[in-house]
Parts: sequence; C-alpha cells; structure tokens
Amino acid sequence: MRQKRRVRVMVAKPGLDGHDRGARIIARAYRDAGFEVVYTGLHQTPEEIVEAAIQEDVDMIGLSSLAGAHKYLFPAVIELLRERAADDIVVCGGGIIPDDDIKKLKESGVKEVFTPGTPLDDIVKWVEHNVTPRQD
Amino acid sequence: MMNDIVEKIIAGDVRTVARLIRDIDDGMPKVREVLKALYPHTGNAYVIGITGAPGVGKSTLVDQMVAHLRKRDKTVGVLAVDPTSPFSGGAILGDRVRMQRHSMDQGVFIRSLATRGHFGGLTQSTRSAIDVLDAMGKDYILVETVGVGQDEVDVVRSAHTTVIVVIPGMGDDIQAIKAGILEIGDIFLINKADREGSDKTLSDLRLMIDMDQKKHDRGAWKPPILKVQAVFDKGVAEFIDEIDRHAKYLVETSGGLDFRESKAKVRQELEEMIKARLIEEVIDRLAESGEFDRAVESVVKGKIDPYTACENLVLPTLS
Repeated sequence: MRQKRRVRVMVAKPGLDGHDRGARIIARAYRDAGFEVVYTGLHQTPEEIVEAAIQEDVDMIGLSSLAGAHKYLFPAVIELLRERAADDIVVCGGGIIPDDDIKKLKESGVKEVFTPGTPLDDIVKWVEHNVTPRQD
Repeated sequence: MMNDIVEKIIAGDVRTVARLIRDIDDGMPKVREVLKALYPHTGNAYVIGITGAPGVGKSTLVDQMVAHLRKRDKTVGVLAVDPTSPFSGGAILGDRVRMQRHSMDQGVFIRSLATRGHFGGLTQSTRSAIDVLDAMGKDYILVETVGVGQDEVDVVRSAHTTVIVVIPGMGDDIQAIKAGILEIGDIFLINKADREGSDKTLSDLRLMIDMDQKKHDRGAWKPPILKVQAVFDKGVAEFIDEIDRHAKYLVETSGGLDFRESKAKVRQELEEMIKARLIEEVIDRLAESGEFDRAVESVVKGKIDPYTACENLVLPTLS
C-alpha cells in the first residue's frame, strides 16, 4: 500500500544538561502517536542538532532543557536552521522555563514551549495540529 | 527540476539526499525517475551489512567503524534500521545516540530508517537508499539492522560483506540464528568479549559455522570469528582489516565488486523490485477503488471465503 507521509520528529537535548528522562518520555509518547522519532542523546551542540535534523529530514525538532541554558541554545538552533535554509522545520521546546523567557523564545522563532505538568496528550495534539509532514 | 536533484546528489548535497531518502521511504512515485538517472553513478561504494539481536552493540560498533574508516580517509554513509511499533506505526530511532560524534563530519552521512509496515518493501527501499548514498560518493555504506524478520536479513545479505554480531552467553540465541542467519555471515563478531563465556561462544560458533560450511559450498572463504569490545575500541581495527581481506577475496573470486556484474545479485535485486512494484500497483488500485474494503466486508459476513476473494481481486488486475 502506498505509504502516506509520516511525521518525523527529532527529540534533542542541547547543552550540558544531563536530565533526559523527560525527553525519553516525550519520545515514547510521540512514538505511540505514530510519529517516527529520532533521538539524539545528551550533550548536543546546536550545530550537531541542526545537522542531524537535516540528515534525518525531520519536520520538527523538540528541544528539552532543564538546566537554564535555553535562552542561548534554543535561538541558536533557530538561527542555524535559517542559515541552512531549513527553517521550514518547526522548533518547539520543553523543560523548566520561566514565563518571561517563554515570551522571548517565541519571539525568536520557537513555536511553542511546554512546561512541567503539561499532559502528554496536549503535547501530542499540539504536534498533530502544528506539524505537517513535508508536502513537496 | 529532476536533473537538478540528480546533480545535487552527485555533488553530495546533504539536504537533497536526505529528502530523496524520505521520498523513497514514503513510496513517492516521483523518485523512480531520479533513481533511474542516478543508477549510472552507483556501483562504487563498498556495502557492509551489520546484524544481530537488540543490545549486542551494533550501533556502538558502527560508530567505531566510522571512526576507523575516517582515519583511513574514507567517506562513510550509515543506514540504521530500527523497528516500527506494530500498534501505533511510530518508531523510536535511537541508533544516532551512539554515533552523534560524527554528525559534524562532512565525510559522514547518518540516516535512521524505520521498518514500517512495508509489504516486503523494506529491502527495496533500503537498497534504493544505498544507491543514493553510493551516488553521493560515499566510499563505504554501513547498514545496521536487528536480525529478525526475513526482510531485515535480506537487507544485510545484499551487502558485500555481511557481519553477524553476538555477545557471550547467547547460547540460545545462537541456536536461534543457526537456522537463519548463520549461513549469511561473512564475518562473525563476539562483542563485549570481556564478559564471561566468550571462549565458549567462540568454540560454539566455530563448530556451527564449520558444520554449515560442509553442508553448503560457500567457496574458499572461511568466516572468521573475532572477539571485540566495541565500546573500548578493542579489536575494531583488526575487524576492519578482515573486511578488507573479504573484499580482496570477492575481487579475486568474482573479478570485481560491482553488484551489477553479478548475475545472482541482479536476479535477486530485480526479483525484489518486481515484487515491490507489483504489490504497490495492485494494492493501490484495490484500495483506491474500494474493492479491498468490500472484499473484507464480504469475508467477515461469511458471504465468501478469503481464497476466492483473493482470486477475485488479484486475477482481474493481472489480465
């Protein structure tokens, strides 16, 4: 049967933050929603994340940060995607992120930010509504 | 437009390659013309298939292989196949975790693939992906799969060198593989060889491979069994040397490494292609016309048996 495009997403942990439980749980929820999830592991630089996202042709990058460096790392990913003409890839983020920062991150191009306590279903639904597999 | 894609791939443009592989995976009909045009530019890469049960260390091994091949100034493409969940259709593709240190290396291209619910199409789509990496100029292409399921075995079997990875103490698993993938291994690795029981695993394997060789004529190549500890990079250099030795053997015995000059390989590949294409064409037509759903309905209601339903569906599409 002709395959339909499937949503491909990448879950990445930028920076020195070593807490990946959340990222793993999100990856699992995405899998259960029928997405193909590329997981990159810990301690990734924005450059590594963007390169991997391009090689994997993903539709979205989900960045997880629990160590406070999101203000630098998330916009760095956005900027690199622009440089590579790959800014059709949606970027969302999650983790311990103060409200004030969420506003700034969204201004920089992060499409949504999920904070602790967000039900997994909400996150999956958001992806289903906001990320479409590449059409061309 | 198409020439543009072909040119970009031959020039090694990462984004174009990545997108084409997705199009292949998604079964987009438009890729056929691109693959036709790429074909003359393939046949230069050396393909290595790596298989073994989950957890034996395939990804770690592949990561070390990439490092060694890069040291020898070779460019490398990696295709890491992970299983799709039969329930959700989703997949977690985690092989990259072990290989991310190579992600910034322009000489390395890594791609994770899910097995999906292909009707036997995994072999076909993976092979097309190999062609793409070949055309982009990668010297070596490493294909990693979990060695379960005929499809995945076929994928690694179509490589120049097929590597089977086991770990000590896998007595029962060796029992399981002896009927299936033991015959296809050109090189056997016992990874995590510092663990207890590696000598016994080695002698067990040796025995089974020797018995197997007596049964089937596989030429003069005697599959070596090597002990390695991939995570510490122990034994990996020797393993790469064995791959070289196997490549030399292939050249000596069959006169070259180009698959396209081997009748057996072409036969196998063409068979796969016909199978995949037939299934695609027939199933597509049946699904679009609604005949398939109606037939399912009829069988469920007991109006017809599935054998007759199948005949009714398939025979008219072939005439």
